[in-house]
Amino acid sequence: MPARDSGAQLNRRTLGQRLRAYLHHHRLTLLRGFTQLGQHPLATFMTVAVIGIALALPAGALVLVNNARGLSAGWQGTARLSLFLKTSVSDAAVQQLAEQVRAHAGVASVQVISAQQSLADFQQRSGFNDTLSLLGNNPLPAVLVIQPTPEASTPAAARALAQSFAALPQVDQVRMDVQWLKRLQAILALLHRGVLSVAVLLAIAVVLIVGNTIRLEIENRRAEIEVSKLLGATDRFIRRPFLYHGAWYGVTGGVLAWILVLIGLALMGGPVGRLASLYSSHFSLSGLGVDGVLDLLVSGIVLGWLGSWLAVARHLRAIEPT
Amino acid sequence: MIQFSEVSKRYHGGNEALANVSFSVEHGEMVFLTGPSGAGKSTLLKLLALIERPSRGQIIVNGQNLAGIRRRRIPHYRRQVGVVFQDHKLLHDRPVFDNVALPLTISGVPYNEIPRRVGAALELVGLLHKERALPVQLSTGEQQRVGIARAVISRPPILIADEPTGNLDPELSYEVMHLFQRLNQVGITVLVASHDHNLIRRLGERFISLRAGHLVPPELSGDTHAGA
Repeated sequence: MPARDSGAQLNRRTLGQRLRAYLHHHRLTLLRGFTQLGQHPLATFMTVAVIGIALALPAGALVLVNNARGLSAGWQGTARLSLFLKTSVSDAAVQQLAEQVRAHAGVASVQVISAQQSLADFQQRSGFNDTLSLLGNNPLPAVLVIQPTPEASTPAAARALAQSFAALPQVDQVRMDVQWLKRLQAILALLHRGVLSVAVLLAIAVVLIVGNTIRLEIENRRAEIEVSKLLGATDRFIRRPFLYHGAWYGVTGGVLAWILVLIGLALMGGPVGRLASLYSSHFSLSGLGVDGVLDLLVSGIVLGWLGSWLAVARHLRAIEPT
Repeated sequence: MIQFSEVSKRYHGGNEALANVSFSVEHGEMVFLTGPSGAGKSTLLKLLALIERPSRGQIIVNGQNLAGIRRRRIPHYRRQVGVVFQDHKLLHDRPVFDNVALPLTISGVPYNEIPRRVGAALELVGLLHKERALPVQLSTGEQQRVGIARAVISRPPILIADEPTGNLDPELSYEVMHLFQRLNQVGITVLVASHDHNLIRRLGERFISLRAGHLVPPELSGDTHAGA
């Protein structure tokens, strides 16, 4: 038979016991939240699919941009200098200059393209064969193509190298092949920023989707909420299952997004490999990585939690027993 | 235990559900609240459960002035008052055990204590064997007994019931009321709203009559201790 000493009973319970009961309830709610996902499979699937796609789009785009950035950072190391020599410099002097440049600090290798060779290449590629033969002498200069050592490949060091060669009397003009790389990198930075902006918008969409789903859930469980309030449930107690439910939507959506990105990368892997082999490169797409996957799952959880928090804050208070 | 001093309740639209009601229920007492429907019985119980607030007057329950209980503290107050409803308000998606255990989960009772206490409460109402049944598989009388088990499982000092026998035949009604008497005998203060005069006379407890929101003086409502 129940005795009427509830106050004394509560006080007699130790803090540890109450904490254990509290944690037990959390665990129970967490697990129940997961099983609830399976109760309406189709509705759950649709919500999770929307969240998954909304997360996969920016995640996949970021992976691609990051791949492109990694690739272009690799090219930075192969920045080359082209020394266009004056046409008055003789073949022998060209060879001599090549030796001199090769000995210069910061130079890894030098390739000599003689004036005749330049002309031959040009004739072959341009089709101006006849026109060129009309010219009495070769208008094209000899070129030294310089590959700097890795230490001398930073933009500043490469520029210093270019300046010292420009001072040589035989040199007409020095060209650094890095300008286009800088432009590419600026474009990639812009793309990166654009993807982040879209990601923010899609994150807001995820919050709203979860919020709406949880709002329906609250409507469906109106009776339970009313009864719980009558039996002395605090707002936190009533809120808890909805927050966990939202977080489950988020994390499941995150897993789906991960899978979608994996599928996308697998589909692109073949063409990218063929393209890389055409450039005789060993480049292959890198995936999300452990950090990326964690980011994806954590943002899923946070957004799901946030969405249900919004719904709960708006709608739970309105439900009072009558 | 329960003290109403000049309590009035006026709803929006001007309809006065309770007018200047004063009475008190002593610790360990069992009192019936009678009167025709619309007399204000439900409103009075809603004030006790803090579902509604009075427009005027003071209510003191178990030493606490209800006017001083803020919204945040209402849940803790409600845990001291067990409530039984005419329509039981059971949750139909979960078995009897979970329904009865709900107040314990809400108040954070250690989970290893829960099965024992649910068992004790169900034994009290004679439904231990229906632990795993869903509410829809039970008769109305059984559902009401589950509701009572849920109301007393957290050992509240006060139990209030709103027309608990409204849907039951006389025999079952008597059984349910007798169950309230047994709970009262172990020290719970019980307040039951009912319009069933014959039943109340048969049980022989004190009663308070309401009519159109006013308390009917004892000399007009006949013998307040019907059976005595």
